[in-house]
Parts: sequence; structure tokens; C-alpha cells
Amino acid sequence: MVLLTRKIEFSASHVYHNPAFSAEENRRVFGKCNNPHGHGHNYTLEVTVAGEPDPATGMVLDLKELKAILEREVMQRMDHRFLNKEVPELAGKIPTCENIARVIWDLLEPKIAQGKLHRVRLYETPDLFADCYRDGAAASNGAGH
Amino acid sequence: MTDSVRIELGRRYRFAASHRLHNEQFGDAENDRVYGKCNNPYGHGHNYVLEICVSGNVNPATGMIANLADLDGFVEREVLEPFDHKSLNEDVAAFHGVVPTTENLCIEIYERLKPFPKAKLERVRVEETANNSFEYAGEKTEGQRP
Repeated sequence: MVLLTRKIEFSASHVYHNPAFSAEENRRVFGKCNNPHGHGHNYTLEVTVAGEPDPATGMVLDLKELKAILEREVMQRMDHRFLNKEVPELAGKIPTCENIARVIWDLLEPKIAQGKLHRVRLYETPDLFADCYRDGAAASNGAGH
Repeated sequence: MTDSVRIELGRRYRFAASHRLHNEQFGDAENDRVYGKCNNPYGHGHNYVLEICVSGNVNPATGMIANLADLDGFVEREVLEPFDHKSLNEDVAAFHGVVPTTENLCIEIYERLKPFPKAKLERVRVEETANNSFEYAGEKTEGQRP
């Protein structure tokens, strides 16, 4: 099995606010991320696909196709958007790194026709990221390190 | 989210420390042969990068596996405060009699962080330099999950 990783970057804004919490509790739990006007990040997304290289092409999957999927499913949906209001998949959820990574997993997994989605890693900053795996898949550093 | 997609939260921290790789059981020649420049008697230092991954259920009310303030506070108390700007050999009791290679540093950090009460520690990765990194996920594995 070979792992192939493609990286893209997008910029978006968000706010952490749970309407079920009081104003004081929102501030306590979410801190600066509760600023009512939101704030933004440059997100880096690493998408890893696992598979056997096709003997005819030498490819796990066609990178052009993966680029097109990422453009359609992630960039057009999230790049330069306010995640709370403009991404329906995040409606009613706190747009944390964990929740965004999971939404991206659910968007991409059914679209990967060759190979299998192995890992979605979303960096909110260089020091904070969330990983998604299908249970049973071995966690690894993946590519990029 | 009680399905088969597993989510982990990763966080990176930095600390600077000195160490000397030296085994009292070895003679001078053997220490020099085994550890080379790292055996320099006065020690030397690195800017270490610590990367940890924790797993758990994403709390629907917060969207979080663990609140970063809790995680950061725990790592600060257990690792950064005792290790940053310290001599690992002299200032950290765990390395009295244990050579502070980055392999052993990984294991020591894993043991210190494993009791984090808010999420499950999956693994610890330490970059000694941009080109050398070490990873430890507990005894059950060799860099792989079961």
C-alpha cells in the first residue's frame, strides 16, 4: 500500500459560540475565540489517500482528479468564507478544527473513487491540528513530515 | 459521532534544553565512539519541538475533544516548565542514570502526559532538530496503532 498526500490552503473566519451557554460561560469555555465579530485563520489541509499504484499508470489515483475534488468540495465551499454562516454542513456546530476536519472527511470520502481516503489532517495554525481516520487504519506521521 | 471515524487533536509545543549523551558504564573511548560530538563533557542544546496527539469524543456543546486551555496548562506544568531552559541531565531526576537521548525523552514525556484526564494520549513525537524526530505511543505499539 502506498500513501499519497495532497496539501491545499484556504482562509476562513469563524466564531465559537454556543447559544445554550450564558455569555459568561461562552467567554470562559471559548476565550478569545468567542469574540462576537469572529476571527480568521489560514488553514492547511492535508489529504492522504491509500492504495496500490495502478500498474498501467503508476498512480494510486490521478492527482488532477484529486485536485478537482478538493477545489469543488473544500475550496469553493470554505475558502474566504465565514464558516458559521456560509457552510451549511457546519450549521449548528461549533466550527472547531475537530468539527471542520470531520465535515471535510464526510465530504471527501464518498468522492474518492480510486484508492481509499486514509487521513484528513487540518491545521488551524502550524501548532494546532485535527486528524480524521477510519477506525482500524494505522495512524502515522503521514507525508509532509 | 459514535461511528467509525476517529478524530484526534494534535498540538505542537517548543522548549529549549541542553543534554549530554554519556554512559557511566562505558569508558571514555567507548563514549566517544558511541556518542561522538554528543559526548562533549559540557553538553550542548537543542530547540525541541514536541507534538502530541490526543483522542476522544468531540463534545457536541463545545466542538472539542479537549479544551486547549486544559491541554496547554497540563503540558506546561508537566513538561515545559520542568524541561525548558534546563539541563536534562542535571535538572530532570528521570535522567539521573538514564542517557537523555531523544528516544528516552519521548518515553519520559509520554509517561508524564499519559495521565491527562480530559482525553486519551495517543502518541508523542519529539523533533530534536528539523531533521531528527522520534515517536512513542506506549508499549503496546511500535509507532502503529493496534
